[in-house]
Amino acid sequence: MSDLLTPLNQPPLDSLTPEKIKQILEAALLTTQEPLPVSELRKLFNHQLSAALLSNLLEEIREKWSDSGVELVTVASGWRFQTKADMQPYLDRLTPQKAPRYSRAVLETLAIIAYRQPVTRGDIEEIRGVSVSSSLLKTLTARGWIDAVGHRNVPGKPALFATTPHFLDDLNLRSLEELPPLEEMKSLIESNDKNQDLPFAEPETSDH
Amino acid sequence: MEIPQDLYIPPGALEVFLDTFQGPLDLLLYLIRKHNLEILDIPMAELTLQYMAYVAMMRVDQLELAAEYLLMTALLIEIKSRMLLPNPKTATEEEHDPRAELVRRLLEYEQMKKAALRLNELPQAERDFTTIQVWIEQTAAEQLPNINLDDLRQAWMSILTRAKVNRQHQVKREILSVRAYMSQILRDLRGQEQVQFYDLFSPTAPVAEVVVTFLAILELAKELLVEISQSQAFGMIYVRPINAT
Repeated sequence: MSDLLTPLNQPPLDSLTPEKIKQILEAALLTTQEPLPVSELRKLFNHQLSAALLSNLLEEIREKWSDSGVELVTVASGWRFQTKADMQPYLDRLTPQKAPRYSRAVLETLAIIAYRQPVTRGDIEEIRGVSVSSSLLKTLTARGWIDAVGHRNVPGKPALFATTPHFLDDLNLRSLEELPPLEEMKSLIESNDKNQDLPFAEPETSDH
Repeated sequence: MEIPQDLYIPPGALEVFLDTFQGPLDLLLYLIRKHNLEILDIPMAELTLQYMAYVAMMRVDQLELAAEYLLMTALLIEIKSRMLLPNPKTATEEEHDPRAELVRRLLEYEQMKKAALRLNELPQAERDFTTIQVWIEQTAAEQLPNINLDDLRQAWMSILTRAKVNRQHQVKREILSVRAYMSQILRDLRGQEQVQFYDLFSPTAPVAEVVVTFLAILELAKELLVEISQSQAFGMIYVRPINAT
């Protein structure tokens, strides 16, 4: 009864210790599946705490969790809790259906879009030397990894595809600059004698 | 054309084998790498021969697949024929290698092919890690309206008001029973200076009795038989009998 004059959703800010702020940040990040940028986290404190302060405290939280099965990471869209990679084989036992693996066609298309964006379907076909099926682009669109960002001003107005922030999030990247660097053309030319570079199961041919 | 001996593939393996290639460029690249051909100086005759051997096999039982590859065969033969032709020294100052465009495409494709593998090696959400979500009452996030005690009190009051209105049209026994409680309360107050509002309610009383008791207190106040006081907001409420004497 005596609380009627102070609305419950407006806790006082000045009484927050760094410890308490960290607990609030932790609770917010743990209860949200999507990454949260610092700008969003500042809302927790009515924008009254600086981004620098929050970033420092986030680092401390990251440190605190470093010894556990989950970790706090930053990706393109912000901060997120996720399981450590070495947990996944065990977690997979709980869910019988395996996460789908993408075909080479999907991966090559994704690579071309990631490294050459924005590109049209024609650009992709030009590089791969085969036609690109709609289902292939749909697979990537459905995953939320690519989307059409515009149309090239040529006859037919083909859609231009680019990767999304979600793509970076899902690959644990903060920006496109963090993509693995492309192999130099020069080294490709010189890799002539390295057949083991061919990563795919080579067909059984009866040499000699 | 005779199929080179070292390219023999067991017929059953053919389908699987062809599926491993992403297309004519991929196959071409495979041949160049496998046979250690110089990519900047592709021996066209040899390569074309190899390539056509594969296409010949495809035509046996995968004609529709062969179509894409036949186009590449045509390109290879075109390049070879252009290389055989004497070069008219008229047009450009620098001799243009007809293979250059093919080499450029091969290298670009190979670059992307390798990039695709690297991408695939990056940790991937759902496949290599899982994002965490601690369970939280999701309905709370659904922007349900907030209520506080004051709202509740007002709602309760309006219900009581309505009940009071209805009461007059409904059951007479209710009035009597309120009257009975009024008497009971007055009896309880007799000889006392004042009594706490809450003490007038029996903790074990059913809701109907609580309501009737409450109405009885209000009725007593209205008839100036008791006085209800509260020294400060949200403080204790006291009920005091007003003595006529």
